Amino acid sequence: MSAGTPRVGVVTFPGSLDDRDALRAAALMGGDGVPLWHADRDLRGVDAVILPGGFSYGDYLRTGALARFAPIMDEIRAFADRGGPVVGICNGFQILCEAGLLPGALIRNRQLRFVCRFVDVRVETSLSPLTEGLVPGEVLRIPVKHGEGQFTAPPHDLARIEGEALVTFRYCGPGGELDDEYNVNGSADSIAGIRNPQGNVTGLMPHPEHAVDPDVGSTGGQPLFASLLAYALARV
Amino acid sequence: MKVDQPLHRALGLTDGELGRIRATLGRDPNRTELAMFAAMWSEHCSYKSSKVHLRTLPTEGPQVLVGPGQDAGAVDIGESLAAVFKMESHSHPSAVEPYQGAATGVGGIVRDIVSMGARPVALLDALRFGPLIEERNRVLFTGVVAGIGGYGNCIGVPTVGGEIRFAEPHSANPTVNVMCVGVAPADRLMTGNEVRVGSMLLLIGAATGRDGIGGVSVLASRTIEDQAGDARPSVQIGDPFAGKLLIETCLELVEGGLLLGLQDLGGAGLTCAASETAARAGLGVELDLDAVPLREAGLEPFEILTSESQERMLAVVDPSRLDEAQGVCEKWGLTSAVVGTLVDGGRLVVRVGGAVVADVPARSLVDEGPVYERRIERPAGRHEILEDDPTFAPVDTDPRDAFLAVLSSPNVASKRWAFEQYDQLVQGSTVAPPGIDAAVIRIEGTLRALALSCDGNGRFGHLDPYLGAAHAVAEAARNVAVMGATPLAITNCMNFGNPERPAVMWEFAESIRGMGDACRRLGTPVTGGNVSFYNESGASAIWPTPIVGMLGLIEDYRLLVRPGFPGPGFLVYLLGETFPELGGSEFAQVVLRSVSGHPPALDLAREASLHQMLVEAARGDLLASAHDCSDGGLAVALAESAFAGDTGFAVSLPGDEPWYVALFSESASRAVVSVAPEKAESVEALASAHHVPLSRLGETGGPGMVFDSLLETTVEKARSAYEGAIPKLLAG
Repeated sequence: MSAGTPRVGVVTFPGSLDDRDALRAAALMGGDGVPLWHADRDLRGVDAVILPGGFSYGDYLRTGALARFAPIMDEIRAFADRGGPVVGICNGFQILCEAGLLPGALIRNRQLRFVCRFVDVRVETSLSPLTEGLVPGEVLRIPVKHGEGQFTAPPHDLARIEGEALVTFRYCGPGGELDDEYNVNGSADSIAGIRNPQGNVTGLMPHPEHAVDPDVGSTGGQPLFASLLAYALARV
Repeated sequence: MKVDQPLHRALGLTDGELGRIRATLGRDPNRTELAMFAAMWSEHCSYKSSKVHLRTLPTEGPQVLVGPGQDAGAVDIGESLAAVFKMESHSHPSAVEPYQGAATGVGGIVRDIVSMGARPVALLDALRFGPLIEERNRVLFTGVVAGIGGYGNCIGVPTVGGEIRFAEPHSANPTVNVMCVGVAPADRLMTGNEVRVGSMLLLIGAATGRDGIGGVSVLASRTIEDQAGDARPSVQIGDPFAGKLLIETCLELVEGGLLLGLQDLGGAGLTCAASETAARAGLGVELDLDAVPLREAGLEPFEILTSESQERMLAVVDPSRLDEAQGVCEKWGLTSAVVGTLVDGGRLVVRVGGAVVADVPARSLVDEGPVYERRIERPAGRHEILEDDPTFAPVDTDPRDAFLAVLSSPNVASKRWAFEQYDQLVQGSTVAPPGIDAAVIRIEGTLRALALSCDGNGRFGHLDPYLGAAHAVAEAARNVAVMGATPLAITNCMNFGNPERPAVMWEFAESIRGMGDACRRLGTPVTGGNVSFYNESGASAIWPTPIVGMLGLIEDYRLLVRPGFPGPGFLVYLLGETFPELGGSEFAQVVLRSVSGHPPALDLAREASLHQMLVEAARGDLLASAHDCSDGGLAVALAESAFAGDTGFAVSLPGDEPWYVALFSESASRAVVSVAPEKAESVEALASAHHVPLSRLGETGGPGMVFDSLLETTVEKARSAYEGAIPKLLAG
């Protein structure tokens, strides 16, 4: 392992779909992508963990509801407790909420249909592994693709999330403006991503791993991966 | 299903076919054998009505690695890689149960690709429904789209394109054609050549249940009439999660070199997979039904043998690699069971509790089914339809109204409502997403890319089945050529009414003839496909609907040409010529309320020249944009280029034709391109070298769409008609 190359682990659950994409994105941005297997109790010494998108275990119960029981989740919980950076993308975000590592829940989109679209998201805080180097207010173009991405939480939880500035991203217009028309799935307060109070665990519905290569879409995910790699490196 | 008839007829076999089975066996078939023959000799599996015509299609070329007859065709795409692709119909199940019908269509075609040892990289769908103004059609449309997304989104294969059209004849019989494309190292294609005596049959995946029994014989090989409710148990239920695990398991088995062969269990289930494996190897097979994992106890042998339970594959394994292979299945949490062994002698012998319940020659099921030369008769009244040509009808509509009406016609209008329900991005290879001429998927580790398009114009086929099919090939090829791809080969799906009616058979034969001629001239052989008959209710059949799935190759995807005007200051050209040809056009239907007359003529030599010019222009990086000019004519081609690039234009119309001809004629072999001024001379020279007529129309730029003094609107206004049409109809 070279000192300057952070190792980014990507967990494959049965039904994970964007695992290869997350590995490819980590490598493209200068990290080492390390595949991790749901049934292993071994994080292979990685410096950061990504729970990728997909439909773990088919998501026939609630999204992420079964994945949280996977053997590797105990290791990830311990890793997070030690301050290690953990990122959940889409289904990974749902798993983090189910596992209690993040507050709130993701329910069916307001329009009751799957949606695949490039959207604008506004960075809300620099206190997360994905946004450490970013300036709040910055707008990034990143695709979403999900059927159950409407963020919701009980009123007191939502008040705490907002009060403690745990929101990392909101759906917005091209100029960063918030409006219901840009709220792609009807999320509470247009929330696209949140973090834990410690600032080392974050989840988001948009897919930054599909926004790092200009040949296949946008580059809005590049600063997020750059931030994750720097965050991981600083703590190695 | 009536019960007061002999069993063979209830199973869909004719008296003559029963006689043929008796002759093959030298005795009466038992109940189990009869069910096996009924499934394998069904129209769906045996192609008994279509075979004599399909044989006339061109299937060979230096690029073809695997032609028709395997689970999917394969072509050489360079760098020792093969593209594997196939299209299949799932119309009948979708008419009965739209969500599951479409979902299992996706699952089935994906397994066809996997069974060749290829990783599925893209899905496309060609869909036909009745007008959305009717509620039932809205239910079918929304259900099918949700089903495609529901399965495709869960298995990690992007749905990157296809096409959707609406026409009254599809009201009772929607058409759902699903295409899948995969990529594999060319030397690793699983063609079953290594299967030998002693090889074991390993059944992998879901347990076998009662779902989908009679799927091929009851559903796919008969008309639906009003039995939709009765037929529902014949529709299979999909489990995309199991499908995803099956894909990963099979690919790991193939990559590990653990398999000698691999077969999908689709139509006709285990009977089909086992008999095809044996027949291809010139061997026999012993099947032990006690070993088949069942979902419930008490299944009869014929049910186990013909069940179409989804998410199952049959792998052929050398005994020495069995443990390793089963280990891979276990890793992915899938059940696997040895259900048979390949033997000498060519017979398919089935045992339950040690006793033989079926014993038939494997070849007789696969290769010796009946072949019919169905009667063909050109239907009456065709002359009148053709002579009633709308091209010279009086037009008193305002040009701007006509333009917006055509743009908001559901056939032309944006299909974003559907495409947004599909994961277009997973696998990270989607260079050009749905909604434009062709979808483009890059091949990992190379600069190469595949351009994929589905096409078929129902009105053209209705007016002239020969021309309709030829146009389908030409347009599909044009769609990949405008993006800079060389058309390589096609797969097809032939959707027709009841082949026992001579008029339907005439439509079919003419379509095959048109498709064959176009494929020969454009150098795109047919590598496989599917025939779907019996798409009719009462006396009303769907329009002849030959769908072409085209595969084109781009050697360097960085040179791909997109349809959008890239910004102001580019010169706009029309390549090709516009003739007074409004027969079968969108304008004729929407504005003149006419579906009659002659479809546009098709000069295949001109078409081929246009494609060559487009590909060469792309290689030389000469074009700023390029877009096929077809549905809705020049007006729609210009509008779509403006939408895609968010850039307006000002043009004058070429030629002396009336405005509605210039704007809306659907003459073939045309494209709209934009060119940077400094490259104009090179483009004009290239067109002239290829004998492609070219007219300079005007320039890009501004927020407006300006057609001389004839009509003017804004990109925004036109876009809202184009984007809003389908959501508005769905809102009821």
